[in-house]
Amino acid sequence: MSPLAITAFTATSALGRGLEAHAKAIAESTGGLAPNDISTTPLPCWIGRVAGVEAEPLPREYAQWECRNNRLAWLALRQDGFVDAVRAARERYGASRVAVLLGTSTASIGATEEGYRRLEQGAMPADLHRPAIHTPHSLAGFVASVFDLEGPCLTVATACSSSAKVFANAERMIRLGLIDAAIVGGVDTLCDSVLFGFNSLELVSSEPCRPFDADRNGISLGEAGGFALLERATDGVVAPLLIGYGEASDAHHMSTPHPEGLGAELALRDALARAGIETGDVDYINLHGTASQKNDEVEAALVARSFPARTRASSTKGFTGHTLGAAGILEAVLTLLAMRDGVVPANLGASTPDPLCGPQMAWQAEKASMRIALSNSFGFGGNNACLAFAAAGALS
Amino acid sequence: MSAALTVWVKGIGLWAPGTPTWHAFREVVTGEGAPGATERPVADVLPPNERRRAPESVLLAAAAAGQAVAMSGLGAETLPCVFASAHGDQVITDYMCETLATAPAELSPTKFHNSVHNAPAGYWTIATHCHAASSAVTGGEESFGAGLLEAATLAIADDRDVLLASYDIAGTGPLGSMTSTTGPFASALVLSPRADGAAIRLDITPEPGNSGREASGDDWLDGITASNPSAYAVPLFKALAAARPAVLRVAAARGLDLDINVDAVP
Repeated sequence: MSPLAITAFTATSALGRGLEAHAKAIAESTGGLAPNDISTTPLPCWIGRVAGVEAEPLPREYAQWECRNNRLAWLALRQDGFVDAVRAARERYGASRVAVLLGTSTASIGATEEGYRRLEQGAMPADLHRPAIHTPHSLAGFVASVFDLEGPCLTVATACSSSAKVFANAERMIRLGLIDAAIVGGVDTLCDSVLFGFNSLELVSSEPCRPFDADRNGISLGEAGGFALLERATDGVVAPLLIGYGEASDAHHMSTPHPEGLGAELALRDALARAGIETGDVDYINLHGTASQKNDEVEAALVARSFPARTRASSTKGFTGHTLGAAGILEAVLTLLAMRDGVVPANLGASTPDPLCGPQMAWQAEKASMRIALSNSFGFGGNNACLAFAAAGALS
Repeated sequence: MSAALTVWVKGIGLWAPGTPTWHAFREVVTGEGAPGATERPVADVLPPNERRRAPESVLLAAAAAGQAVAMSGLGAETLPCVFASAHGDQVITDYMCETLATAPAELSPTKFHNSVHNAPAGYWTIATHCHAASSAVTGGEESFGAGLLEAATLAIADDRDVLLASYDIAGTGPLGSMTSTTGPFASALVLSPRADGAAIRLDITPEPGNSGREASGDDWLDGITASNPSAYAVPLFKALAAARPAVLRVAAARGLDLDINVDAVP
């Protein structure tokens, strides 16, 4: 495929607001997990919480969209000049030529949960009587409204692969000439649905998660928001590039990955083929690496058998927790930062490597020049996505 | 303006209250039959065990998708699929929110994994052994049009036949009063970038603006159309049933319509 330019990107997570907070945490191998203080009844686990979301309500003009998830979206949008980049793109191309393509797992369901906790005569309380937030499209509806955009506006909700898959949606629409630019990304916030939901599946660790550790015992949940602006790559624009993507289905089980990683491997092969590269060209892989028993087992084996020893690989879930529908964009941004700064993120949290892991695993942070990198995202329902990026200037 | 996206319809599926299949719906629309009693969706693609346990959203989506794929004569295992729904499974969301408000630690793990928006896509790919790309999308009130645009885009961009299924169920509890959805409806299309003998061609052109929906004057059809966002597909399926050239508009986003030219080879 023809590469797309990533002309702006940003993320906000437990590591802080914007790119420099993330770059600093990665450079210093300092994670953002802390004991859970967000669920309505105590659930002993660690979480990756974004500081200060509660203290910053939406501006009055967006009051109908008010909820924790859209607050985090608004917080994330305002970092790294992203708002200005989108407004410039809207000016350049027109309101109907810029798409809003966002991933989320639970959108504003935290607000719906709150409504059920304080029903008024069995009905949603008056202050939450806002239909726009009680629907999975709330996030994309809010972002389209903020920028007054009238192009395609789609929410991808394939659980934890959501905000990786939106890069593929954008590439197809730009390639066919339906649009000239797309805001991609996603936001998911901590709420009872995800904390008690993953708890019910016995997938939540009582400690900070330890991806690819031999003694790992489950995930840590987190929240994050991130965005990227995609446009055609034109001469003279120096920006990192989306060079490929792959999507595939496990066809195996709703909440357990395929034992041989079939869907993950198909997504990887699809991404390599679209990018016109081979495994030997890949300098770094940001792994899905949730620290659940099965995910890490399957992914470790896939990396060990597919890539040369020089390829570096790590999970950044130990820094941020698993941010569900926002994991795809958060980890895409961390991958772009790794290439920008020449720092391979540590696989934070692991002390005893799982013997299934190959020599590709970067247990500590490393200095390295990275031209081409991948980011893996896998979701419930056996939904797999793999993104391929090239560093700014790497292909010229 | 020339059409941005041209796709051929290889398969059609539909479930509406009173017409559990596309054939039954077509007979009603063409005046050859009348709506019957509302029947449980027949999702015979799912294995019997899954069919018994599956939530309503999964049954409904799989029933429509199964019909469309059967008509296409294609193997479901080869088809990338897009499942569109404005609100997902609202009965499960209502259960989740109610349980979380009262006894969060008692949340059912099965209900939780069935609560994800891509549960129908997941069950579908598992049942049909489909390893192709699958997606679950929502566009709010414009979900059907947004899903149609996405499926047609995917078909042409990757030069592959694509399954689109769009479904919504009735809301319940406090959530139901927020979504104003009153009944279930699902439709499905297998869209192809090539004619290959297909009888119906859709030329789909995104156009700025929302032209609004017009009542057809048929109380039964208008009632279904108003029942949930996926049922905004009804005017298109009515045009497909008539098998005559037609032009119509389907909203695909706030401020964005799809101008759809239906060209039927008699």
